[in-house]
Amino acid sequence: MKLSAAEEASKTGGGLPFQIRGSLQTLLSLKLLRPDDPAFFTALLEKVAHAPDFFRNAPIVLDGAAVKAKSPDCLAQIVERLKEHRLVPVGLQNGSAEWNEAAVALGLAIFGAGGASTAEPAAVGRSGSAAKAASALKPAGKVIREPVRGGQQVVAADGDLVVMAPVSAGAEVAAAGHIHVYAPLRGRAFAGMNGDETAMIFCEQLHAELLSIAGIHQVSEEIDTRLLGKRVRATLAGEGLKLEPLP
Amino acid sequence: MSKVIVVTSGKGGVGKTTSAAALGTALALRGKKTVIIDFDVGLRNLDLIMGCERRVVFDFINVINDGIRLNQALIKDKRVDNLSILPTSQTRDKDALSQEGVEKVIEELRKEFDYIICDSPAGIERGAYMALYHADEAIVVTNPEVSSVRDSDRILGILSSKSKRAEHGDEPVKTHLLLTRYDLDRVQRGEMLKLDDVLEILAIPVLGVIPQCGSVLQASNLGMPVVLDDKSKAGQAYKDAASRLLGDEVELRYVNPEKRGLVDWLFRRSA
Repeated sequence: MKLSAAEEASKTGGGLPFQIRGSLQTLLSLKLLRPDDPAFFTALLEKVAHAPDFFRNAPIVLDGAAVKAKSPDCLAQIVERLKEHRLVPVGLQNGSAEWNEAAVALGLAIFGAGGASTAEPAAVGRSGSAAKAASALKPAGKVIREPVRGGQQVVAADGDLVVMAPVSAGAEVAAAGHIHVYAPLRGRAFAGMNGDETAMIFCEQLHAELLSIAGIHQVSEEIDTRLLGKRVRATLAGEGLKLEPLP
Repeated sequence: MSKVIVVTSGKGGVGKTTSAAALGTALALRGKKTVIIDFDVGLRNLDLIMGCERRVVFDFINVINDGIRLNQALIKDKRVDNLSILPTSQTRDKDALSQEGVEKVIEELRKEFDYIICDSPAGIERGAYMALYHADEAIVVTNPEVSSVRDSDRILGILSSKSKRAEHGDEPVKTHLLLTRYDLDRVQRGEMLKLDDVLEILAIPVLGVIPQCGSVLQASNLGMPVVLDDKSKAGQAYKDAASRLLGDEVELRYVNPEKRGLVDWLFRRSA
């Protein structure tokens, strides 16, 4: 049996024919240092040749930090030639007003002042492997043993967050991965904060003000009262959160 | 070894100053050299509660900013040996509390006193930060109602992150719950939170439960710390709390309904 689009929509619970959600992507950025250097593309293609699969159709953000004082006349040609070589320029960051204008005219997006990403182009060589080694030593995730009180925020920017004490009303806990609270959870919990839809929230006693997984949230009022005070696991299921008691 | 204890709450009007005065007095009665400092610059009340408002010449702020010696500002209590009060200024504001100034005063007091009780202003602004910054222990004064409990929770978070001990990575500030205005009748009618409800949320050890008692207001109006009123239940409860602070094991009183005699029952009926 086939369902009409409207029936499909009502079945999944949403009224809109689309869904808007924040998501965080890692993009390559190409910092322009000497764009008018005749060897620019020869050198670039040499880099690409090392990992053709990695670069094929890869979205690229152009970084104008080093060249914004110069004229953006070369931008159109760079965009054109990148496309020829199956690289997809999607936007510009760190440009001047003039550069931004030129980028918009070419159909590129303007990225806000890039924080961490600005350092990335240089990281292709030796410093790249050094950064990787450092991150391998750093334990992913965080373990908190003290109560998280109202007004406090605890964030595990990569990995899981384990809290072995109560999370008070008015407190916020967030993690890139799962969140485990081995005590009452009375505050707000944000799992999969970078968009990981497989992230889950586990708690020993559910009294949360808000649960969120990959940007989809449920407030306290929407939580089945039979689950309050229980050991619960929250997962993302389609358009909403699914809460089930833990055995 | 001297101890700095902050009496704090976040919320106003829960009984911080009354509790600081009562506990400080009770500690002094036990032979400990004790000083109570008023950190509520601009809204000074401790001197009133302690009945020494007519003896204030110099204050805490003069010591910090105007080169007045500490001994010129300290007021010795006339009723209790070992007890001193450091009043604050009524005309200045919290900005007059400089970090270095407060530090210097506390360090000087540490040399002379066993217990330094810091009576914190309400709120989580500068005055409250200054009062809790040097604390070794904290007494969190809470009323049995939800907004007070939530504010206490917030203050506990600040104690664990913004105190000197937290900043230096030392052993955390030892926290105590002091539940005040505990009206057993209203608790039993479900109009107020039970001690257990408060403990479940705040999850810190209880130092004392002070029963709702008319003697507290009366003592305040007389400028007499309530522990000096031998007939007051609240005064007894504060003395118990001070004993626990000194490490004694004392059973909690006034948290369970008393068995009432017929006379008492009749009296309450007619009241």
